[in-house]
Amino acid sequence: MQSYVWRRLLAVIPTLVFASMIVFLVIRIIPGDAVDLIIKNSPFMENTEEVRKQIEADLGLDKPIHIQYVQWISNIVFRGDLGKSLMRETSVSNEIVSRLPVTFWLGSLAILFALVIAVPIGVYSALYQDTLGDHIGRSFAILGLAIPSFWLGTIVVILPAILWGWSPPTRLIPFSQNPFSFIAVFISPALILGASLAAVTMRMTRTMMLEVLRQDYIRTARAKGLREKLVVTRHALRNALIPVVTLVGLFVPFVIGGTVVLERIFDLPGVGQLLLLGVMDRDYPVITGIFLMIGIFVIFTNLIVDLSYGLLDPKVRYQKN
Amino acid sequence: MGGQFLQIVSNNSLSLFLWRLCRDKPLGAVGALVCIIFIFSGLFADWIAPFDYNEMNPQDRLQSPSFAYFFGTDQIGRDVFSRIVYGARTSMVIGFAVALLSILISIFLGVLSGYFGGKLDMVLQRLVDAWMSFPDLVVVIVAVSVLGPGKIQIILILSLLYGIAGSRIIRGAVMGVRENDYVKAADSIGVTTTMIMIRHIIPNILAPVSVLFTTRLAATILVEAALSFLGLGVPPPEPSWGSMLSFEGRSYMFQAPWLAIIPGIVITIVVYNINMFGDAIRDLLDPRMRGSGRRQLISQ
Repeated sequence: MQSYVWRRLLAVIPTLVFASMIVFLVIRIIPGDAVDLIIKNSPFMENTEEVRKQIEADLGLDKPIHIQYVQWISNIVFRGDLGKSLMRETSVSNEIVSRLPVTFWLGSLAILFALVIAVPIGVYSALYQDTLGDHIGRSFAILGLAIPSFWLGTIVVILPAILWGWSPPTRLIPFSQNPFSFIAVFISPALILGASLAAVTMRMTRTMMLEVLRQDYIRTARAKGLREKLVVTRHALRNALIPVVTLVGLFVPFVIGGTVVLERIFDLPGVGQLLLLGVMDRDYPVITGIFLMIGIFVIFTNLIVDLSYGLLDPKVRYQKN
Repeated sequence: MGGQFLQIVSNNSLSLFLWRLCRDKPLGAVGALVCIIFIFSGLFADWIAPFDYNEMNPQDRLQSPSFAYFFGTDQIGRDVFSRIVYGARTSMVIGFAVALLSILISIFLGVLSGYFGGKLDMVLQRLVDAWMSFPDLVVVIVAVSVLGPGKIQIILILSLLYGIAGSRIIRGAVMGVRENDYVKAADSIGVTTTMIMIRHIIPNILAPVSVLFTTRLAATILVEAALSFLGLGVPPPEPSWGSMLSFEGRSYMFQAPWLAIIPGIVITIVVYNINMFGDAIRDLLDPRMRGSGRRQLISQ
C-alpha cells in the first residue's frame, strides 16, 4: 500500500506543473495586447505610457516568459497570493475563500442527493433486470442525462410561481444564524444538479451490480444458504460500489461546471458567480485565479479517489505500472 | 469488432444494420429518426421555417402557440417555431464540427500515444491528466473570455477540449489492437508503421470512435446551449436554443412561459435521442451484446 501511495503522489507533481502552465498560458494567448484590453475595459484607467508600464509590471509582462512563470507560481505556492482583482482592487484569494462555502454546500449536497437517489434505483434495476421497473428506472436515467440543468432550474423557478405563487428561497441567511434556512436555499439547485449526476450513477451501479451478481462468490454465498438480503448488501453491493467511488471523483469537474450555471439561475454568491463576473469584466487575475484553484482541487480529489480505490480494492494496489 | 463495423456499413449490409436496429433496439431506431429530423431541420431550415429567424411582427408579440405560430411568438413578435428550426442549424453546425474535429484530434493523439508508448506516452498522458482536471464548462467560459464569443471560437475550443479528453479512450483501444497477432505479423514482414496504422490499427478502433462521435455530439449541443444561456455563446440575433431560453425565456417567463419551456424540451428531446441512438450503435457493434437480443451480458 505504501509504495502505491508514493507512486500516486509522485504522479501528481507533473500533472500539477502542467495544469499551472495551462492556466499561465491562457492569459498569454489573448489576441492583441492584454494591456490594451485591460485599459479599454476599465473606465478608471487612461491610456498613458505610465499606466501601461504599471499594468505590465503588475502582470509581470516586462520580463521573459519563463521568469514570469516562476514568479507567478512562487507567489502562489509560498504566499498563497493570486494577485489583485483589476476591477475591485481586492485580493483574489480572499474573494475566492469568502465565496467558497456557498459553492461547497451546493456541490456536496448535489453529490449527496445523487447518491441517495441513484444507488437504490440502480440496485433495484439490477435485481429486477428487464422488468417494467427496470425499464422505467433506466429511461429516467437517460432522460436525466439529456435535460439541461439550466432549463430545469428555470422551470423550477417559473412553474411553482405560476401554479401556486411559490418560488424557492434564494436569500442567503448566514449559517451561524440559522443553519436550516441556510441549507434550505441550496435544496432546489442541489437537487437539479444531483439529478443529472444521479443518471450516470444509477447506470454505473446497475451495470456493476449485474456484473457482480454473476460472479462465482455470489453463487457460493447463495448456495451456502445465506439470506438474499445479506447476499445483496454484504457481498454484491460492496463490490459493485468500488467503481462508483471513482465516479464520484469524476463528478467533481462536472459539479463545478454545474455550480456556475445554478449559482447564476438561483443567484447564489459562490465562486461560479465570481468567475462569470470576472469573465464579464475581463478581470484576468480573477479568471486565472479561479481557473487554477479549480484545476488543483480536481487533481487532489482525483488523487484521493485513486488512493481510496487502492484501499478498497487490493488488486489495484499491486498492479505494476 | 471493427471488422464487423466495416462489414455493417459496407453497402449491402447497411440494410441489415438498419433491420437489426429496428428489431433489437426500437428506442435506438426512434433515436435515429429524431437525429434525421434534427439534421433535416438544420440543413433545410430556409424551407421548413415559415418565417425568417429575425422577422418581427410587433402586432403579434407574445402570442401563445396557435396554428399561425406553432410555438407562439416572443416579445418582439418573432416566430418561435422558426427560431427553433434555425436554432437546430446552429446546434447542428457546432455539434458536427466539434464531433468531427475532436475525433480527428483524439485519433491523432491516441494512436501516437498508444502505438508508440514509452516516454512519449508518459509525457502525453500527464498533459492529458492536467488538461482533464479542468471542467468542460469552465474551460470554455475562460476561453470565451479570452477569445471573445462566437461560433468559430466555440468550435475550436470544444474540439480541442474533447479531442484531448477522447485521446485517452482511443489510446486504450489502440493498445488493445496493437497486441493482436496480425499487427505483429504485419510488422514482422516489414510493413511500414504508417501502413500498419492505416490498414490495421485505425479500422479496428472504429467502434469506440463511432460511440465517441455520438456522445460528443450530444455533449456539444448541451454545452453550447449552456454557454449561450450564460450569454457567452453564439451572439444574437442568430438563434441558439440556449440563448432563446435565457433572454426571451427568462425575462418573460411569467407572461409567456412557452418561451422558456419549448427550447428546453427541444434540447432534451434531441440530446436524449442522440444518446439512445449512440447506445444502440454501441450495443449492435459489440458482439458480446448481440446474440439473441434479449440475452445481454452487460447492458447499460
